Amino acid sequence: MQAAQPTSDFDVPALAPDFGPEVLHPKGAHLDAVAVSAWFGTNKVLERVSLSMSPGTVTALIGPSGCGKSTFLRILNRMHEMVPIAKLAGQVRLDGKDIYAPGQRLTETRKRIGMVFQKPNPFPTMSIGENVTAGLKLTGVRLGKSDRDALIERSLSRAGLWTEVKDRLGNAGGALSGGQQQRLCIARSLAVDPDVLLMDEPCSALDPTSTFRVEQTIAELRSEVTVVIVTHNMQQAARVSQQCAFFLAAQGTPGGIVEAGPTTKIFSAPEDPRTEDYVNGRFG
Amino acid sequence: MAGSAESGISPDQPITIRATLPWADRVFRRGVSGVAGLVLALFGSIGLFLAYQSIPTFNRYGLSFLTRANWDPELDKVGISSTLLGTFEVAVIALMIAFPVALGTALFISEYSPARIRSLLISLVDLMAAVPSVIYGAWGFFLLMPHAKLVSRWISLYLGWIPIFRVNGDPSSATWAQSRFVNSAFIAGICVSLMIIPIACSVMRGVFAQAPLGEREAAYALGSTRWGMVHTVVLPFGRGGIIGGTMLGLGRALGETIAVLFIISLNFNINFRILQSGFSTISALIANDFGESTKPQLAALFTAGLVLFIITLAVNTGAAVLIGRSRSGAATEI
Repeated sequence: MQAAQPTSDFDVPALAPDFGPEVLHPKGAHLDAVAVSAWFGTNKVLERVSLSMSPGTVTALIGPSGCGKSTFLRILNRMHEMVPIAKLAGQVRLDGKDIYAPGQRLTETRKRIGMVFQKPNPFPTMSIGENVTAGLKLTGVRLGKSDRDALIERSLSRAGLWTEVKDRLGNAGGALSGGQQQRLCIARSLAVDPDVLLMDEPCSALDPTSTFRVEQTIAELRSEVTVVIVTHNMQQAARVSQQCAFFLAAQGTPGGIVEAGPTTKIFSAPEDPRTEDYVNGRFG
Repeated sequence: MAGSAESGISPDQPITIRATLPWADRVFRRGVSGVAGLVLALFGSIGLFLAYQSIPTFNRYGLSFLTRANWDPELDKVGISSTLLGTFEVAVIALMIAFPVALGTALFISEYSPARIRSLLISLVDLMAAVPSVIYGAWGFFLLMPHAKLVSRWISLYLGWIPIFRVNGDPSSATWAQSRFVNSAFIAGICVSLMIIPIACSVMRGVFAQAPLGEREAAYALGSTRWGMVHTVVLPFGRGGIIGGTMLGLGRALGETIAVLFIISLNFNINFRILQSGFSTISALIANDFGESTKPQLAALFTAGLVLFIITLAVNTGAAVLIGRSRSGAATEI
């Protein structure tokens, strides 16, 4: 027996449980995926993926294209089943309750778990203000004018867009720039006050300045809502997330999580050599 | 002092850029331009022909051709106001029936029907459009009319206080005059509506199906119900198709001939009572009188045709403008 043998090749005492600046009393909900598998038809694309996403934490899902990370994200708010041939197994627990359990209301689940998509998709026939409150209209919530105006201001402020658009709330949402549209979509998701916000490569269609603004927004949202973000950009994952899950699908096999843990650890001292290769840009 | 590299370059003014196309492109370009031009020329020549044929009629009757109700070429009294009214009555009734049915069917097929039977439903609706109008006319006359007159009587009985639903005589009397309720604009309208449903439905469905997936998902991700999504995304996107399909149907309804001819008993009174027997439409008038017309009568019929031509042209142009303004317009053809 050799004493004091390091368990890893890396000496990383300072980095171990670093979740970034600690958020005290974060709002948001616990989201736990337990043994989630997914199929499209007979093609299995995810195999027994388990991941715990906590309030106050931004979780980044990274990995090469086709490894199932977007599918996994869409399973988290039941958008997966929009595809007619999609199937799944396992559980997704929102504060302990399985969102796929019989009797769980689909619309209620999606309301609590918001989603921002890769391509900005504001409703083009609505004004900026109407876009923000679209979720309320769609779920049948009525607000008085003053409450409505306050909600619009609060949501746009949280999304970091308020100062840019406050003088033209009546203009069409589609007339904004791509980055502004994406932040409008974030504001729209926040207006229904979700506990979890899922983001599917939210910056891949944006220029660097807009990307920076969205990342700022994510950092500010962390204390209020549990954020899960899929990204192809490893620097982005390193910048915005505290927890990181590396997905990989070997040729012809379903995808799964190779390694998950604190972002600093994944990037500086990954346990799996494949993770190390990926985060160092050797493939993917 | 310009550098040597710039010598021989023309002065700083826009130059004409001319692309030399390969011969295949040139031939094809000429070919398609020629065909497109031919279509325009044909269309224009129909209008010109009608206008030319109408000159004697307008010289003789002037504007009274549009305002006079009766069509009595033998008495030298020719006018189309009652016929125009009948044309619009049939078209409007047909549209009022067809619009909700077509819209509902299109929404069901594109948004609610199970994917397995969707293509079957689409071909069924398209098949409806393939049925010849003479079949609809025969169906309307032999099958629909004996039943529809009972509906007409019922409407007249309970809604007769509204002037357009009134019918001469007492509909509640034990021996109601059945002949007053047949051959009405209402029954012709039902018949014509069947012909415009498939057209309107297929235009609407085509546009609904193109409502962007991103916006649909955005609505669902906000917790929307399916109806909420349809209401917020599909219907606003499909506005152009809804208008276009309806206007296309209106154009068809205005010009529908054979089916109307089956139902009709030509009558040239100004008749606002849509449930009551006796009306006429322009196309039916032309088809009915065409074979036994003298030359001036024929000219009068051509004039009626010109009026119909202008109206349908206006309707379709209006539809094209409205659709062009909407977002789904790019995807709609009328």
